[in-house]
Amino acid sequence: MAKRIDVSGLTAYYSAHKAIEDISMTVEPRSVTAFIGPSGCGKSTFLRTLNRMHEVTPGGRVEGKVLLDDEDLYANGVDPVNVRRTIGMVFQRPNPFPTMSIFDNVAAGLKLNGQYKKSELNNVVEKSLKGANLWNEVKDRLNKPGSGLSGGQQQRLCIARAIAVEPQVLLMDEPCSALDPISTLAIEDLIGELKERFTIVIVTHNMQQAARVSDRTAFFNLSAVGQPGRLIEIDDTERIFSNPSVQATEDYISGRFG
Amino acid sequence: MDISTQDAPVPPPTTTPTAEQKRAARGATRPGDRIFLGLSRGSGILLLVIMAAIAAFLTYRAIDAISADEANFFTAFEWEANSTPPRFGIAVLAYGTIVSSIIAMVIAVPISVGIALFITHYAPRRLGGLISYVIDLLAAVPSIVYGLWGALVLVPNLKGLYGWLDAYLGWTGIFSWQGLEPRSLFAVGILLAIMILPIVTNVSREVFRQAPQMHQEAALALGATRWEVIRMSVLPFGRSGVISASMLGLGRALGETMAVATVLSPNFLIEASLLDGGGGTFAQNIASKFGEATETGRDALIASGLVLFVITLLVNGAARMIIARRKEYSGANA
Repeated sequence: MAKRIDVSGLTAYYSAHKAIEDISMTVEPRSVTAFIGPSGCGKSTFLRTLNRMHEVTPGGRVEGKVLLDDEDLYANGVDPVNVRRTIGMVFQRPNPFPTMSIFDNVAAGLKLNGQYKKSELNNVVEKSLKGANLWNEVKDRLNKPGSGLSGGQQQRLCIARAIAVEPQVLLMDEPCSALDPISTLAIEDLIGELKERFTIVIVTHNMQQAARVSDRTAFFNLSAVGQPGRLIEIDDTERIFSNPSVQATEDYISGRFG
Repeated sequence: MDISTQDAPVPPPTTTPTAEQKRAARGATRPGDRIFLGLSRGSGILLLVIMAAIAAFLTYRAIDAISADEANFFTAFEWEANSTPPRFGIAVLAYGTIVSSIIAMVIAVPISVGIALFITHYAPRRLGGLISYVIDLLAAVPSIVYGLWGALVLVPNLKGLYGWLDAYLGWTGIFSWQGLEPRSLFAVGILLAIMILPIVTNVSREVFRQAPQMHQEAALALGATRWEVIRMSVLPFGRSGVISASMLGLGRALGETMAVATVLSPNFLIEASLLDGGGGTFAQNIASKFGEATETGRDALIASGLVLFVITLLVNGAARMIIARRKEYSGANA
């Protein structure tokens, strides 16, 4: 259900521009790993290389290895479509399909996998919405459009949609940055529950959030604008926030960067 | 009402505020604002006036003609508007106009949507640009040129297709063919399809291009293939736009004159088969009969023009209803 991610020597480009350089790290299964760092340091780009979404951007390409347990996601003959079915993603802005009902949003991924049986869909939709702590709020209006929900509910709907297909890994790209503090808290609680079942990687600009939800924290930085982003260090969250081994990390966390 | 109990002095409700007071209430107005307000308000009113004037003109002249008509205006299969007493009916024209436009839509809309999707989601950027450019050129070709091409190139080459349709689908009746020159409603429909292709393609392309990236990424991240991304996030978003685009195309097809007049061999019959005989369309009939029409003959043609006007309004109304019906699911709410 949850797998380990092993990245080695990963470099990603936008056309000729090198966005991130030579990143290696291990993400443990059934844990939350947070990526922090200043804007433009490539943490979102790196996240998108983990489910091969980076190459969707025109000019995007990747060098290096990403192993999901023992399988190289960038090996020849690996279909990125299958990679994305195994590694789910939640985006910065809640993006439920506006033309679909709440039910159909959650069922969308299952239907892509060829699952059309009504009873099975009903089961999975209910289970996923419960898993996303949204079931009680929407069970009476599953046929209403998802765009009618509040921002926080929409984001939990997107999480339900992502976990409905039982991915190995769940990637979250600043999932709370468009949400108010109460919705943010709901998502953070949810992340705590989901890590029992999934490997979770979360990009966040909010360092308190990283400290609250994650087990391990990776700090990214770039030496200057236009230079590629690099992984400075990755360690247990407690350590990163109390006693990081690199000075730059401490500067960033305490607000003395630059 | 007892005014004395009020705290603040209230102007008596019976007197309307003077122009001076109104101006003061609006605050200072600057000349630029006033000029622009006048211009834009004037344009808006002018549009309504023109529309009303056309409708009034058509109706006024049409009433004269219809009251003089000795045949049934809606069901008669003849057009002898110049004779005394005049006998004419629009049944054949209405049939021909609607059927040829439907054929055009059935052919053009799927192809246009396909081209638009290819340009926006499949083709490399430069190839997409080139195709867009060629399609813009296609839109700039005058309709009489399409008519000439239709009559001289398209029609002679349709015999093979007609024969094939007759052989395999002739049993339906709709596609049976007696072997006459293929200057029928079906040929007109094909030509109209080519003519409305550019506008439907261009509008659809613009709509598809605006499909939100975030929904396409949502589909991709679920493991959708490119076609599934289009089906889940691009087509639903573009749906109302494609309907609008189709209506623009349909408007052109309904009113197309020269190309139809050049290709069709008209008569006043409704054939079961789309491949046999001619029939006619409103616009084509007006164009070919207007020159030699008498006073009443012209009024009769105007009456048929009024019917075309009404059909076009109905079509547009229907399209708006389709778009409005599922508004809460519309991609525009995202």
